[in-house]
Amino acid sequence: MTGNIPLEYFLVLSTLMFFTGIFGFLTRRNLITMLMSIELILNAVNINFVAFNHYLYPNQLQGHFFTLIIIAVAAAEAAVAIAIIINIYRSFKSIEVDKVNQMKN
Amino acid sequence: MNIYDFLIMRHELVLVISALSLLIIDLALKPESKRHIIPIAVVLFALNAIIGYLPTPAGILFGGMYQSTPLVIMMKNVLNTGVLIILLQSYGWLTKEENKEKIAEFFILMFTTLIGMYFMLSAGDFLMFYLGLETASIPLAALAAYQHHRTKSAEAGIKFILSSAFSSGILLFGLSFIYGTTGSIMFSDVVFNISDAPLQVLAIIFFISGMAFKISLVPFHLWTADVYEGAPTNITSYFSVISKGAASFMLMLILFKVFSPVIHVWQDILYALSVATMVVGNLFALRQKNMKRFLAFSSIAQAGFILLGIMVGSQLGMTSVIYFILVYIFSNLGAFGVVSVIENRTGKLSMDDYNGLYHTNPKLTLLMMLAVFSLAGIPPVAGFFGKFFLFTAAASAGLYWLVFIAVLNATISLYYYLLVVKAMFINKNETPIEPFKSDMVTRAGLLLSAAGIFILGFWSQVYEWINNLSVGIF
Repeated sequence: MTGNIPLEYFLVLSTLMFFTGIFGFLTRRNLITMLMSIELILNAVNINFVAFNHYLYPNQLQGHFFTLIIIAVAAAEAAVAIAIIINIYRSFKSIEVDKVNQMKN
Repeated sequence: MNIYDFLIMRHELVLVISALSLLIIDLALKPESKRHIIPIAVVLFALNAIIGYLPTPAGILFGGMYQSTPLVIMMKNVLNTGVLIILLQSYGWLTKEENKEKIAEFFILMFTTLIGMYFMLSAGDFLMFYLGLETASIPLAALAAYQHHRTKSAEAGIKFILSSAFSSGILLFGLSFIYGTTGSIMFSDVVFNISDAPLQVLAIIFFISGMAFKISLVPFHLWTADVYEGAPTNITSYFSVISKGAASFMLMLILFKVFSPVIHVWQDILYALSVATMVVGNLFALRQKNMKRFLAFSSIAQAGFILLGIMVGSQLGMTSVIYFILVYIFSNLGAFGVVSVIENRTGKLSMDDYNGLYHTNPKLTLLMMLAVFSLAGIPPVAGFFGKFFLFTAAASAGLYWLVFIAVLNATISLYYYLLVVKAMFINKNETPIEPFKSDMVTRAGLLLSAAGIFILGFWSQVYEWINNLSVGIF
């Protein structure tokens, strides 16, 4: 049982993961790494939902279901993103953001 | 629950059936007869648009996850009208040789995003809302990357999917705190438990930031210009009109329905976003030479005006927002229609190429002028009334400074909109765009948007119709 670990620990962990994801998304220059940063953000959200559900509202399931749906949608999103990244690699021969930049204002 | 209850969600059902049947028809057709899918798809969608206007019972399905009210049905009908025009306008582009293989994909992906938007608008809890939002945005990325042999198109696709996934992550982080503090994800429960406690204010900020990405408000607009430029022009018009319209409707519904007890919190956030969006959008639009980038920044500025009405938080505000978006659909589709026709025929996109267009293609020039006047808000056409009602709504809530800033911005926008008109009518050009005739279907699409710009400006029943339905959630 997780009874000994207070809820705050989970919230601190998820907040750290969330901002690690945001930091990674904004600083990394590789498309795959940016995708991984987004997964970090979504997993931080998942931890939040499950922790809230388990500790605060143990007799309902809304948070768990939300987590399941987020996992499924994240997989779909990653599939489309990676398909486009493969296409980009074919035309640019690179997946670095600085190279994939034809449009400038 | 009997089988007839499903008729409450007939918008979605009809569209799902259309998308699936297109998928099957596409399998059955030989490669050389693939273009017959266009009339089938357009007729299917026109049927869907007509069915949308039939009277229907309002109701709740799936334990409150899905709700349909006359207000939501009206919003869906508004979006339907826009999509129908886009489908007509893209005929000339779809029949080109390069798209021969994947015509059906265009329609299936577009219908799927629309199904997502329908479910999003009808959502009764945050789970349904999130599902609808993602169903709307994932196929949109595939649409942006539709021309996979063009590098710009692929670049637009990756930029859209990354920023859209990032923004949904931020939005979800806010939703998780809303769940944690209120104990529910149902709209009807959250509204009783929301207050201005710090964690809930934080959640609302995260939520609005996530939605601001989708509506491309400053400072969350950085993806807009690149995606609009890179995506095929007809899909750009879908981005700028339907996707933005649906997201604005949804932001408005959630703020009014769920976060209405804390209106003083989100009013301030939207105030700042609105001023920033109008100013930055207008200033960047001034220096654009590419027509698609120009329209992208102009559509960012228009989103700032939309916020003006959302901020009011009353029936008047809601009516003016829906009316403004309806007008914006027609005027922006008119402008994008002309740009896409000219790009398909000549490949030219720069504003300098439009010099002297009046002498070679007077009809297109007139439509472009109408659309641009409507976007700028010059009196005889509909855009003026759209802006007028928005400003009235904002003034009625006492936001006089904001109205003043908005009027200033409308004046700035007039300058760059008139630049286009000046280029077409006055500027000289050695090598103007050759005179050409479009096919009948594309012309019908252009004509519909021109008719909309005129009719909405002169026929006040439309405003009253919207106003009568906007009472739904108060």
